[in-house]
Amino acid sequence: MSFFKMPSENKTQSKAQLNNRIVRIKPSSGLVSLKLNELWEYRELLYFLTWRDIKVRYKQTLLGAGWAVIQPFFTMVVFSLFFGKLAKMPSDNVPYPIFSFAALVPWTFFSNGMGQASNSLVGSANLITKVYFPRLAIPLASVLVGAVDFTLSFAVLIGMMFYFGLTPTLNIVWLPLLIVLVIVTSLGIALWLSALNVKFRDVRYVIPFLTQIWMFATPIAYPSSLLKQPWNTVYGINPMVGVVEGFRWALLGTKTAPGLMVIVSAAMSVLLLVTGAIYFRSMEKTFADLV
Amino acid sequence: MGNIAVTAENICKKYRIGRAEESYRTLRDTIADVFYSPFRKLTGYIKSRSQRRKRGTTEFWALRDVSFQVGSGETIGIIGRNGAGKSTLLKVLSRITEPTKGFAEIRGRVSSLLEVGTGFHAELTGRENIYLNGAILGMPRAEIKRKFDEIVAFSEVEKFIDTPVKRYSSGMYLRLAFAVAAHMDPEILIVDEVLAVGDARFQKKCLNKMEDVGRTGRTVLFVSHSMPAITRLCSRAIFLENGTITSDGPSHQVVNLYLSDGHDTPASRIWPSPETAPCGELARLRGIRAVTGDQQPTDVAYINQTFGIQMEYEVLEPGHVLMPYHHVFNKENIEIFDAHDTDPAWRGRPRPQGRYMSTVWIPGNLLSEGTLFISSGISRVDIGQSQFYEKDVIAIQVIENLENQSPARGGWMRDMGGVVRPLFRWTTRYSGNGAANQAG
Repeated sequence: MSFFKMPSENKTQSKAQLNNRIVRIKPSSGLVSLKLNELWEYRELLYFLTWRDIKVRYKQTLLGAGWAVIQPFFTMVVFSLFFGKLAKMPSDNVPYPIFSFAALVPWTFFSNGMGQASNSLVGSANLITKVYFPRLAIPLASVLVGAVDFTLSFAVLIGMMFYFGLTPTLNIVWLPLLIVLVIVTSLGIALWLSALNVKFRDVRYVIPFLTQIWMFATPIAYPSSLLKQPWNTVYGINPMVGVVEGFRWALLGTKTAPGLMVIVSAAMSVLLLVTGAIYFRSMEKTFADLV
Repeated sequence: MGNIAVTAENICKKYRIGRAEESYRTLRDTIADVFYSPFRKLTGYIKSRSQRRKRGTTEFWALRDVSFQVGSGETIGIIGRNGAGKSTLLKVLSRITEPTKGFAEIRGRVSSLLEVGTGFHAELTGRENIYLNGAILGMPRAEIKRKFDEIVAFSEVEKFIDTPVKRYSSGMYLRLAFAVAAHMDPEILIVDEVLAVGDARFQKKCLNKMEDVGRTGRTVLFVSHSMPAITRLCSRAIFLENGTITSDGPSHQVVNLYLSDGHDTPASRIWPSPETAPCGELARLRGIRAVTGDQQPTDVAYINQTFGIQMEYEVLEPGHVLMPYHHVFNKENIEIFDAHDTDPAWRGRPRPQGRYMSTVWIPGNLLSEGTLFISSGISRVDIGQSQFYEKDVIAIQVIENLENQSPARGGWMRDMGGVVRPLFRWTTRYSGNGAANQAG
């Protein structure tokens, strides 16, 4: 069973360290710490929660993990037909199919993460009311689950680049940072929505609608170069704009080096994560009572 | 050893209860608060909250000033009726929910088991669920790996370990779940009513495992409705009523108090003055008490031992045939039996004037656990006339503990039903393999 060996064997969590610990239980007040060290202690649980969701995700489906690719791929086909062929949408001088697919790969990760994570706390009510662990692990796991789908569709993207004869430029060295950016953005929104959903079940109804609006507010079917400066930079306030344009630039070598725009997006993304984490932690103590 | 493992001081937990449709605060409420009074957002917020409270939300204190200490290595039982706050207390100590006031301190690695099979996923196999559930309960993966074979052996589902648990029978599922939990290795274990799983044999196995846990110097906090399990496993018990501790002491004492159900009917009554005593033309009651087999006054009767109900009375006028009797009720007010004086020495024989003491001996292994309420009287047999009849004059607890277990249980550790629990003779004849349909 290979999955049992994946993370490094746990040596840091030595017995001695755990034995003499004193847990103080009292009502919290004021600003709460993020307790990231505790999350680190529970990293095995995070791993198992992620692993469980990956395992379960495509059980009893005919196409299995194929769905990870089908979803963005067919969106790309539809976009290519309607926006590329019919509407003759400009695509920064790269073939329209790969232009939209390069954007759909990070977008699908983000939108799936947002959808899964927002229901994650409510869906884990049985855990939350019965076991103690840092609750951050739950939305975190449901965002990380998307990594498998992302990897699969990314492989398809590489295949398409070969097909269209595109060789990546040196810009590709920035790709890991852009992947971090999409994870941070997804996590930020995941923390906000999952915690809000515990208290306000309205969130469930907002998600499909929010995903759709956000998709059109992000340059997936069209290039952001349609906007002139300074609006192009202002557009970066939507953190997914920086991610999507960054991906295109890093992989397809589109002309527009999205420097300033990406910086705005990155700042927004970090802001989203930090405020999300603070809101999440301040609501955490009520989860077991409200969920 | 000798140290304090758990300290709880003045723990209070408040819940807000209200009508169901108000239990979620919807986004609309919050948005309305903001928009209706944008410049007085704060006052508007406070106002709408107080209005909400008036509309039927009330506060409910699930725990109120709960304080206790548990020494390291102690096994302590927490008992109380439904809604007394037992589970809330465990949730606070497990850090699942925060106390509203007060604090607790826990020294050592703590694991809590409020449910078996938390986080089990139906689609995953038994093997996968052991790892997942172990991780959720806080076992390091290396530890699960080490104990894996032991866990599987304990659960007795070896054959199906690579089958998704959704194909398991409910018994198999629970056995596997308990097996994982039973192999946790914490210093402090917090357990909610989870022993009530599986069949009798598996239960016994679980209880033994729990006893082992207690014996290895682990600190255990244990909630149960099974009084025999409490008296068997715990030396000390805490009795919670309406969120407060009403009793804390040796488990058999606390269990007795719990079983007495808060009624204030005494186990003995005497009427020192003849004026106030229940009285008829021919006889007057002077006292009633419950006694053990060796005539010692008692308020409890062990389920497997004989006890007596003793009546003291005066016959005021000679020459009549009189019959003392008792009606015995349980706490649901079901009349379990009537006991009429059958002493052959006085059958049909007119009684001389004077004082008498009659005792009826009730054998062990007849009644089930619980409170008995005794109503007593004396009748004149010839014309069927009652002299006096005192309703619920005394009460006695029939209890069961580790030393005095009902043999009629047949080893079963969970609740048993019935107003009586007689010990019957059973016979079983084995007809060998393949002849199973033959009547025995």
